[in-house]
Amino acid sequence: MPEPHYDPDAAISAAGAGGATDLAMDEGETLEKGPGGGPPGPDPAGRPRSLWSDAWRDLRRNPVFVVSGLVIVFLVVISLWPSLIASGNPLHCDLGRAQEGSRPGHPFGFDGQGCDVYTRTVYGARTSVTVGVCSTLGVALLGSVLGGLAGFFGGSWDALLSRITDVFFGIPVVLGGLVFLSVITSTTVWPVIGFIVLLGWPQIARIARGSVITAKQNDYVQAARALGASNARMLLRHVAPNAVAPVIVVATIALGTYISLEATLSFLGVGLRPPAVSWGIDISAASSYVRNAPHMLLWPAGALAVTVLAFIMLGDAVRDALDPKLR
Amino acid sequence: MRGATHAKWAACAMAVVLAATACGGGGNGGGGGGSGVISSSWGDPQNPLEPANTNEVQGGKVLDMLFRGLKRYDPRTGEAENWLAEKIDTTDSQNFTVTVKDGWTFSNGEKVTARSFVDAWNYGAHLKNNQRNAYFFNYIEGYDEVHPEKGEATADTLSGLKVKDERTFTVKLTQKFSTWPETLGYNAFAPLPRAFFDDHDAWLSKPVGNGPYTVESYTKGSMMSLRTWDQYPGEDKARNDGVDLKVYTDNTIAYTDLTAGNLDLLDDVPASQLRNVQADLGDRYINTPAGIIQTLAFPYYDKRWNADGMEKVRKGLSMAINRQQITDTIFQRTRTPAKDWTSPVLKEEGGFDDGLCGEACEFDAAEAKKLVDEGGGIPGGTLRITFNADTGSHREWVDAVCNSINNALDNDRACTGNPVGTFADFRNEITDRKMTGPFRAGWQMDYPLIQNFLQPLYYTNASSNDGKWSNEEFDRLVDEANAETDPARAAGKFKDAEEVVRDEMAAIPLWYQNGSAGYSDRISNVALNPFSVPVYHEITVD
Amino acid sequence: MGRYVIRRLLQMIPVFFGTTLLIFLMVNVMGDPVAGLCGDRQCDPATAARLRAEFGLDKPVWQQYATYMGNVFTGDFGTAFNGQKVTELMGTAFPVTVRLTVVAVVFEIVIGISLGVLTGLRRGRPADTGVLLVTLVVISVPTFVTGLLLQLLLGVKWGVVRPAVSSAATVDELLVPGLVLASVSLAYVTRLTRTSVAENARADYVRTAVAKGLPRRRVVSRHLLRNSLIPVVTFIGTDVGALMGGAIVTERIFNIHGVGFQLYQGIVRQSSQTVVGFVTVLVLVFLLANLIVDLLYAVLDPRIRYA
Repeated sequence: MPEPHYDPDAAISAAGAGGATDLAMDEGETLEKGPGGGPPGPDPAGRPRSLWSDAWRDLRRNPVFVVSGLVIVFLVVISLWPSLIASGNPLHCDLGRAQEGSRPGHPFGFDGQGCDVYTRTVYGARTSVTVGVCSTLGVALLGSVLGGLAGFFGGSWDALLSRITDVFFGIPVVLGGLVFLSVITSTTVWPVIGFIVLLGWPQIARIARGSVITAKQNDYVQAARALGASNARMLLRHVAPNAVAPVIVVATIALGTYISLEATLSFLGVGLRPPAVSWGIDISAASSYVRNAPHMLLWPAGALAVTVLAFIMLGDAVRDALDPKLR
Repeated sequence: MRGATHAKWAACAMAVVLAATACGGGGNGGGGGGSGVISSSWGDPQNPLEPANTNEVQGGKVLDMLFRGLKRYDPRTGEAENWLAEKIDTTDSQNFTVTVKDGWTFSNGEKVTARSFVDAWNYGAHLKNNQRNAYFFNYIEGYDEVHPEKGEATADTLSGLKVKDERTFTVKLTQKFSTWPETLGYNAFAPLPRAFFDDHDAWLSKPVGNGPYTVESYTKGSMMSLRTWDQYPGEDKARNDGVDLKVYTDNTIAYTDLTAGNLDLLDDVPASQLRNVQADLGDRYINTPAGIIQTLAFPYYDKRWNADGMEKVRKGLSMAINRQQITDTIFQRTRTPAKDWTSPVLKEEGGFDDGLCGEACEFDAAEAKKLVDEGGGIPGGTLRITFNADTGSHREWVDAVCNSINNALDNDRACTGNPVGTFADFRNEITDRKMTGPFRAGWQMDYPLIQNFLQPLYYTNASSNDGKWSNEEFDRLVDEANAETDPARAAGKFKDAEEVVRDEMAAIPLWYQNGSAGYSDRISNVALNPFSVPVYHEITVD
Repeated sequence: MGRYVIRRLLQMIPVFFGTTLLIFLMVNVMGDPVAGLCGDRQCDPATAARLRAEFGLDKPVWQQYATYMGNVFTGDFGTAFNGQKVTELMGTAFPVTVRLTVVAVVFEIVIGISLGVLTGLRRGRPADTGVLLVTLVVISVPTFVTGLLLQLLLGVKWGVVRPAVSSAATVDELLVPGLVLASVSLAYVTRLTRTSVAENARADYVRTAVAKGLPRRRVVSRHLLRNSLIPVVTFIGTDVGALMGGAIVTERIFNIHGVGFQLYQGIVRQSSQTVVGFVTVLVLVFLLANLIVDLLYAVLDPRIRYA
């Protein structure tokens, strides 16, 4: 037993996990419970009522989940097939119509270059959703594997990982973005995603580590160990399923903030490169014209806010469903 | 009860603070130190503020107020007139005798003598001093010894400079250069007091010069307070009490501060705010031509761009750009469509010719498409215009140029912008010859001569020939022009050379940049000189 | 306790070196900064070589790093390209950013915790739902949009505040920027407090206190708040470091000459001396804030004992 009964590091890391990246959320309290307060695991023998099936039953009845879920489905659909609702070409711009307001066929008006704002807003969804989803997947995968292993095995592994996460937390995100993205000059979304994964994983790693440490101390895990279960079996069968909930919660909420981060990077001149179409690019271009043509800012920023909102509310709903104490 | 008390205390504190802002906000007016002091926007100078080390406008502004050289460019006409020079004589366009006027001193009382110039120039030229503008002295004999391309300097001073007596010195150039005296109004040629050499650090933290202003205080990175020097001996005495230069993080916020009445003068109105200028400032806005031209340069070290027939593609691209629409819409007429490769501030006598480019600079979509196709199309299929994204809001016009080309060629992917994160990186890509397509090239004149618009940019291996364009005929014509002693004939020769640039479309001229400035109702008589720097000493405070 | 602090301080050493090395490498891969010093023309090769030598850029990276760290330990953080000592830059930038951060943290504490307690005690009521929704909107709009809009409305349209912060950067000028900087964290603090209060409101000790007949205010302030604030305090503590380094956008919008502005200029000019120097100090602040939070944690929660 490395820790007597409570691991302050784990709890603190979890609570302050988002500090450095400003992507934090209130995952703290799910891990805050100290001894015996962890989420009750699925009944090792019984199938019918697991944490997951309970959660799913709750979620289906939660209007917040249903609405945000529908918004997300809609976003995914137009990301895949933008031409379903926008017939124009987002790259076709006529400077003669720059900053004009809405008119028939162009409901959102035109931006500073004379491009159709409606078409660009629809096409921008693909980039933003791709950035959000792919970064989150990458962050969650990398973070939970590294954090989980560190939490499970402890010792020098753990010490090393904790110091590495400290190192990454010390770097201001925007600073990292400026440096990283000004070096890489690819025109695709991958550098931006890569950057977010690179700076985002320590956050998830800390949470995964913390929740693995909590789960590891549960009686049933100790029992499995006493019965001679292998490390791999214990980790996969007993620890991971119980430790994954906080990661999912944080990841869904972080997804929204990653989309927002892409816009901030564009504002600083290091986001996606043309001819990419993204809300971030359009928002940063429109931000200097906000006095004259607020519609240029309103639509892409509104779309971004709705998307981020949908993902955060989804994450919120999932968290509530996964936290039995709040039922 | 402890917690509750704390909360109450905090709430009260907050209320007090909020009330304080409400009272303290807005209407502070001016922001300058004294009543007759002007507050003006500034950017943090990139290099230490030494005359031969300053190559950008922000540092240039300060030097303009602090120093006067042998010549001065008239703030309106740009003509070089003798200032500290009583006369500059030559018989052969290669050996010059300079006589310095009597009665000039630095603001610390030291006399300005021939030695003040010779010492300053020797300092500026010498390799060990790392002066960015050292190359300005490369026409003077002995430059190769004090500033060799490789290795250590073999001499301490320029052999071409000789002090004759207190007020006279001679200059020997390495070649004939009839208009050389006209270049002497540039800041790099300013005189320096002994204090500069004796206690360099002290000088840098509070520079001392011989101009109409003196430095009162200098907080690096945020503000410089300049005050009028009462004993200034020149005719162009300051008509205000001083200037406070305030550094802004961004010129959009500087504009906002101007409209809020906290700033008196903004000498670079951001493009995005130009539409508001009429409503915000009315007639307190000036928009005057400056000696700046924007072009697109090409990488001639890339075989694809140097191939035969490519001049047709370049000409086609030039004709695909709707300059008028872009300057009207994006720049709100603070740029003028370019019609040659120089600048209107040169005037026709100086070699400016608005008919030189002709149809090649006129928008004609059909002809553009035809020419590009005839020339073999755009190398690689996509034109990537490289620019630096950190300064100067270049993204907007690059996007507009690309859209114009795309529309003319009827291909959405014919042209795209290629931003580079930082200016240093952008310069590195140019220096390392990594460009694969056209890139942003801007030229701000150092002195108002047609030579300055052509030779540094298009002469083989010239310092700013970033595309490495090379043409024997152009080089020959420039050499001939420099040897001409008659200024009008020299300008004519330079124009012949410029025609070679046109026929090859060595670089696509985009537009001439104007200086644009807005000012508060506290001040009047605001003007920008041809270098787009405000003429501070003429401004009056109401 | 003492041993724990020493252990934590020792752990900071590798983190300190790791971060500085990482930043050093990052700034170095951006390429040669000297080319940017000569305006729109090529630096003449001899001057460029001299400049490289002067700034030590001609040496291999590891050697540059070693020299730099050696100098740092003697208090010499190097010189920026405009000839200014980095320590001098820090001396002007850090006080401004510290003021901004303090304003932001005060907002987080006062507004965030008040709203959090309010909504936590009224879970499910309209006030709760309303505040929750507002926090979500604040989180989902990028900070630079919030900042620009507030500046436009308060500073330009209504003229309530000065749109730009002057070089003195007094506390009253920093209120709006501080609010913008704090906005996202403030939303998190609200939500964090809300959940925590709601959770603890059902705890046995609260029930006992209520049953004892203690006044409601006393229960909330003495019992409930003290226990609910643990995760909030840790969040705010770690946020301090993030706020100081993350103000690049806010400082730029509001013309604040603080750490964020200097960092941005340092990056744009690729001055590794400036960037590494500032980040080094930021990392130290971040690590110390973390340590203090952990110690505070033990004070607030008696169950925790550091060995």
